[in-house]
Amino acid sequence: MEMKMKGKAFVFGDDINTDYIISSKNKSRILDRKELATKLMEDIRPNFYDEISKGDIIVGGENFGCGSSRETAPIVIKEAGISAVVAKSFARIFYRNAINIGLPLVICNTDEITEGEMLTIDLDEGYVEKGSNGERIPVAPYPDQVKMLMSAGGMRAWLQNAGYIERS
Amino acid sequence: MRPHGKTIVEKILSSASGMDVYAGAIVTAPIDVMFCHDGNRPLGAEVFDSYGAKHVCDSKRVVQIIDHAPSSPTESVAKMHAYMRDFAKRQGTKLYECGEGSCHQLITEKGHVKPGNIVIATDSHTCTHGAMNALATGVGVSDLTCGMITGSLWFRVPETIKVELKGDLPKGVFAKDIILYLAGLLGANGANYRALEFCGDGVGNLSIEERMTITNMVIELGAKCGIMPCDDKLRAFLNDRVEGEIEGVAADLDATYCRIVEVELDKLGPQIAKPHKVDNVSPVEEVEGTPVQHAIIGTCTNGRLEDLAAAAAILEGKTIAPGMTLIVAPASRSVYLDAIRCGYIETFLKAGASIAIPGCSACSGGSYVGIPADGENVVTTANRNFKGRLGNPNSYLYLASPATVAASALTGRIEDSRKFVR
Repeated sequence: MEMKMKGKAFVFGDDINTDYIISSKNKSRILDRKELATKLMEDIRPNFYDEISKGDIIVGGENFGCGSSRETAPIVIKEAGISAVVAKSFARIFYRNAINIGLPLVICNTDEITEGEMLTIDLDEGYVEKGSNGERIPVAPYPDQVKMLMSAGGMRAWLQNAGYIERS
Repeated sequence: MRPHGKTIVEKILSSASGMDVYAGAIVTAPIDVMFCHDGNRPLGAEVFDSYGAKHVCDSKRVVQIIDHAPSSPTESVAKMHAYMRDFAKRQGTKLYECGEGSCHQLITEKGHVKPGNIVIATDSHTCTHGAMNALATGVGVSDLTCGMITGSLWFRVPETIKVELKGDLPKGVFAKDIILYLAGLLGANGANYRALEFCGDGVGNLSIEERMTITNMVIELGAKCGIMPCDDKLRAFLNDRVEGEIEGVAADLDATYCRIVEVELDKLGPQIAKPHKVDNVSPVEEVEGTPVQHAIIGTCTNGRLEDLAAAAAILEGKTIAPGMTLIVAPASRSVYLDAIRCGYIETFLKAGASIAIPGCSACSGGSYVGIPADGENVVTTANRNFKGRLGNPNSYLYLASPATVAASALTGRIEDSRKFVR
């Protein structure tokens, strides 16, 4: 998994649920991932997909990714070109799903991050640097199990490394 | 020497992993039951195949359920259903078809889960099965696939919040009101990464169906799982359904809890979750009289026989308000049959209701049933009222008990169920 990211911050609030990330209606209607990615956050921020560029970063408050267990949520975020999600806390199912599919999640205090500022994330060094004033926000360390899955590159690669499935 | 006693979830994960663990530890544990429905793309079956895996670890522990879009409303959905059928055939796994019911109802009803089990499924409301005194939690498809291939999955042992239910519910107040009250009290993030352990004489006063309504919604507080005790009521419920001994798991008296919450059931009134958050809860009086255009009774939260009975008792011999729609979706085909035998379905039809296909009909927009128009208000027994949840972000969803929903359908306004219960 990528350990260094740089992109523009798009700030959302607390309790951003997975229905907001990708709605139930769209996820059952649209099978093509590229098309589905254009619907990212549609119900709460219409045209969000048109605002973002590759590498940009979603910033949340508490409990980002709560609600439904749909793995489509982190898949669509990644497919849309978002390089990482930074939040104060993540809902547990979303957290596992994102790590499993190789979308980096970063836990840190997001109170001072402002809409549109450039963020530089360094997960090896453990900080998020704010482009507006150069301030570095420390990142919460990952549990060993999560580190293992992240360094493998997600669940599929981990199962391959462990010999449960063959490499394709 | 043990540092202190264990909570139910600490006991289940210690026993399953063969390690002596407490909250905070990470363990790998074998999975007793794992299931996947048609609501999520990619499907568990698709990810399993895309990984190049050949055989599921144990075909008896893997189940698929077609419930989220039981009418196969679009070609893309029909394609998913066909894929699931093909996978079941190839792998020799159980598949519940369109119209048999919602996954959580079927998994319980058909006796897949026993006390002490570990259950995972690609549905956040998998926590429902905590009512069976099991550790049941929602996962994504990658985790489910790991389970299907290896038979096991890693878990962090959660801290536990003890919820003591005291006394008995007043007339016209229901299990849904208890869990809505708790959602308001703890908040959407209040139990994130934690387990809820329910205890107290109030639990003993609740039926198994009522307990399922409560555990169904613990995810709305962020909880990993919610666990009910194993008592005589649960044993009686499981006796005809499961094979072998039923060994309940109880917490030690000196177990450590991160928080203790008490709810005095006798003092509780009907609760309602207002748009657009499940923890935006108030006593129903606060929104009494709010006009509603649609009423929905069903879903894995409140589509069981007792729920339909509570609604039928209010609707008996009456008709819903002009301009209202009422959809009733029984949680399963057998609930539907029982409701026919009891006369509830006739009551609903005479009152002006439509009966939807058993399963997740009219719960999320993905079911393509009951999608509201712009500006419309819906009162529903479902578990989520997020903006757009029912397919239209410009509509407003209120969550309440089947009695509150039935009463509101009669007048076209949100009502206090206590005034309608005879």
